[in-house]
Amino acid sequence: MTFSKDILNIDPEKETKKICERMREIMISQLKRRGIVVGVSGGIDSSVTIALSAKAFGSDRVVALQMPERHSADETLYLSGLVADHFSIQKLHEDISQILEAVGFYKRYDHAVRLVVPEYGEGWKSKIVIPNVVEKSGFNIFSIVVQKPDGSILKKRLPLKAYLEIVAATNFKQRTRKMLEYYHADRLNYAVAGTPNRLEYDQGFFVKLGDGAADIKPIAHLYKSQVYQLAEYLDIPGEIQERPPTTDTYSLAQGQDEFYFSLPYDQMDLCLYAKNNDIPIEIVAKELGLFSEQVQRVYNDIDTKRSTTRYLHLPPMLIEDVPEIKAHP
Amino acid sequence: MNETKDKIRTFIVDNFLFGNEEGLKDDTSFLDGGIIDSTGILELVSFIEETFSISVDDEELIPENLDSIDNVVAYLERKTG
Repeated sequence: MTFSKDILNIDPEKETKKICERMREIMISQLKRRGIVVGVSGGIDSSVTIALSAKAFGSDRVVALQMPERHSADETLYLSGLVADHFSIQKLHEDISQILEAVGFYKRYDHAVRLVVPEYGEGWKSKIVIPNVVEKSGFNIFSIVVQKPDGSILKKRLPLKAYLEIVAATNFKQRTRKMLEYYHADRLNYAVAGTPNRLEYDQGFFVKLGDGAADIKPIAHLYKSQVYQLAEYLDIPGEIQERPPTTDTYSLAQGQDEFYFSLPYDQMDLCLYAKNNDIPIEIVAKELGLFSEQVQRVYNDIDTKRSTTRYLHLPPMLIEDVPEIKAHP
Repeated sequence: MNETKDKIRTFIVDNFLFGNEEGLKDDTSFLDGGIIDSTGILELVSFIEETFSISVDDEELIPENLDSIDNVVAYLERKTG
């Protein structure tokens, strides 16, 4: 088959059937819970996951958990509610701002930003970004972008301490959400779904024990373009299908391709597929309208991310094997 | 420059290798050798900025300057020389 974006085309009906059957098998043979909790953001991945869960177990066995906070985009609650209502799924609303306040997230975050931008405070917004490896070679060093109350923008490279403290504080959000997902799952004797697509799973785009924690990850094997194909087949509301991917994590709007991935998701999908399947760089470059050196940089970046985020995938390491207890019986 | 090289080597060995310098040559790539990741580069930059009282510019954050003991020493020579 010629290498083009069509190479990622799937038969969505067949794929849906396969995923739902496997979800039921895993639930019966391994997880042994009665239903599933899905944290919903109004994004494409959690929307598809909730639709698949409803197909696999029935709408009455699924809970959609909405967990916005002070920095969430205005449309988060509306879109996540829209998808739950569309599939007649019970939705629960937990605003996590109070919990984040109690653990000191907002103070800790602002303090970390002030290490770099001392005047940062009330009315300011911020996000962190990386340089685009396609446009520039060098190390992936994060910068902070702040928006002053008058709307003007300032960008500064993050030194080690500020970078680590910003990330550590921000991770409270994903971990708080997961804590609540497990609270409701325990209360209902349900399992918890994780919602990463293949790009996110492969490239370690998740927080360990935050959004990375789950009992089942139904779409982790699918490239993001394939998740969109399923979304169309599953009749996910158009507003969600048309929304550009966002992290919805920082107070200033942040696209996934400025925070983590080197290219928009459809091109990133093709690069990852090509790398996984040994497609020559020249062919990939031609298809994507890039130079070979740029594709090579994306390939290198994929390897770097796999290597630096490997620890996120690792279970706790034991000094000696305990043969009686196996993770995958 | 031997003193500079010693300081860099000691920092790398103590901070990233927990004292085990086996296999670390002066031209070993930190990245290819799996010794330093992107957060590690930030640690290295903080260390050389503090130790040698310099400021590493954004455009200097490239492997040619920072990816081995030899590269760091040569970079510092150019920067302070």
